[in-house]
Amino acid sequence: MRIAVIDESASRASVIREGLAQLDDCEIFVLTERQGLVVRIQEIAPDVVLIDLGNPSRDMLEEYFTVSRALSRPIAMFVDESDEETIGASIDAGVSVYVVDGLAATRIRPVIDLAVRRFGAFARLQADLDEAKGKLAERDNVDKAKRILMKNRNLSEPDAYAELRRKAMRSSRRIAEIAEAVVTAHDLLGDGE
Amino acid sequence: MSEHLIIGFLPLVDACLPILAAEHGFAAEEGLELSFVRDVSWATVLDRLLYGHSDAAHMLAPLAIATTLGRLRPAQPLAAPFVLGLNGNAITFSPELAAAVDAPEGRLGDPLAIGQALAVEARRRASAKRKLRFGVVHRYSSHNYMLRYWLAACGVAPDVDVEIATVAPPFVADALENGEIDGTCVGEPWSSVAVERGVGQIVLATAQIWRRGVEKVLAMRESRLDERRDAVEAMIRAMRKAGTHFVDPANWKANAAILAAPRYLDASPELILRAISDRLVLARGSAPIHYPDFMFQHREAANFPWVSQAEWLYTQMVRWDGVPFDPREAVKATRVFRPDVYRSALAGTGDLLPGASSKVEGSLGQTTAVSAQQGTMVLEQNSFFDGRSFDPDDLPGYLAGFSS
Repeated sequence: MRIAVIDESASRASVIREGLAQLDDCEIFVLTERQGLVVRIQEIAPDVVLIDLGNPSRDMLEEYFTVSRALSRPIAMFVDESDEETIGASIDAGVSVYVVDGLAATRIRPVIDLAVRRFGAFARLQADLDEAKGKLAERDNVDKAKRILMKNRNLSEPDAYAELRRKAMRSSRRIAEIAEAVVTAHDLLGDGE
Repeated sequence: MSEHLIIGFLPLVDACLPILAAEHGFAAEEGLELSFVRDVSWATVLDRLLYGHSDAAHMLAPLAIATTLGRLRPAQPLAAPFVLGLNGNAITFSPELAAAVDAPEGRLGDPLAIGQALAVEARRRASAKRKLRFGVVHRYSSHNYMLRYWLAACGVAPDVDVEIATVAPPFVADALENGEIDGTCVGEPWSSVAVERGVGQIVLATAQIWRRGVEKVLAMRESRLDERRDAVEAMIRAMRKAGTHFVDPANWKANAAILAAPRYLDASPELILRAISDRLVLARGSAPIHYPDFMFQHREAANFPWVSQAEWLYTQMVRWDGVPFDPREAVKATRVFRPDVYRSALAGTGDLLPGASSKVEGSLGQTTAVSAQQGTMVLEQNSFFDGRSFDPDDLPGYLAGFSS
């Protein structure tokens, strides 16, 4: 089975490729370039096309598939009415699946299941990364806020932290939020350092 | 108790009414909380709607009909209780093609004159090297149908004399620049983006082809409409209020700034302002021109889903998909537009409600008073540039008129 993975995110595409490589008898083609997409698809003549929902080339591709109905290997969106769940899961994971006419659903399903898992895994990685970045930014803000308090109110570092914490508890907010407010206020009013 | 609706949209100026309904608190006034899902292809907007990621979506009117008829996906009935706007698209040529057809400077062209010059150029190009290519945003779009209607009426056979391909709006300027296409029919701000980059000249507004041409609708699954009927009616009232705000010149700048935000259009507020004020810059560096009703979002009950509009779109689908006219399909297509829901939402609000739900399209050469549910309402000129009119009582007859 020839599978084309169209994804402008090269890192996600390689995560998907790696997942699909577990399948037997599959040849996988990754397309990350928008230019010349249709020509590449024609050359590859895939049995299955996976494309992420955020890809701006989807309408162009669907147009090509519609026109391709006249060709010997018409391709259409995979919609197995007996298996709404599989399709729903793929849309939830952020991937749409097109298959060549006549390919059995039993052959397609493992491909979709793997793609869905890989998309999900990639989304989790991304979320972890965003969270880690957020945490770093928060810690940075708390440090800045402490320094501002130490300087402007002559506090020791532990006292500055205690002050942030006291304020946070009193207003039932997180320390990071109070720190961000202190930094913002300082930037607005501040000594311009 | 507030109801929550999730709205899918593509970053285009005519997604304005749902966005402004939320931003200005009109939705909240109706007890409605709106959230938005922004996408970059119609295919994804549609899939989210079909698989329940969104409750309703900003959608190409023909795509809502095509989905109901099962043209791209297995058939799923969609309902459109509100037209988000009429027209608002431009036909933009590469500077070379604009020069070749003698597009005038400083004003929009005459559709017939430009079309006839284009017919000559199209034949020259077809015999010389390669056919002229036009980009439209989707196969099932008013852009495609307006462009084809105009070309065919001027003696240019779409798919024969010229090619028409799908190009996503954000890439239209690139495609003009690298010669992938010679012209486009696209919604704002994308023609203006091409103009600013010096790779396109606006030669016509689609309102010149059909003065009151139906454009986007608010579409939803029919079943979801039934389940969320109260919320949908609240949404319709909120969008009518947003429309009043949108067309008031005092609000243009502020609304352009809201729509420009990264979570909505993520585009230049100056370019958005051109569309919403009907003041277009046709070529880079030239003075803006005022073309009234370039976008038509509110007056004359512009949001009323006329059944005759759906029928016109169906005739164009028959015409260009090359499938035979089928009276059962025509009925299904017609039922996508839901004036009954629009009426029920606005009954008692004092808003204008037409007396009929269908009209002969393109028959009004001048301002005409027609009956409303209470009193009369005034409809301005609503003509097709070639002088044809569309009688919804005789679809086969209308279609036969094109087969020459």
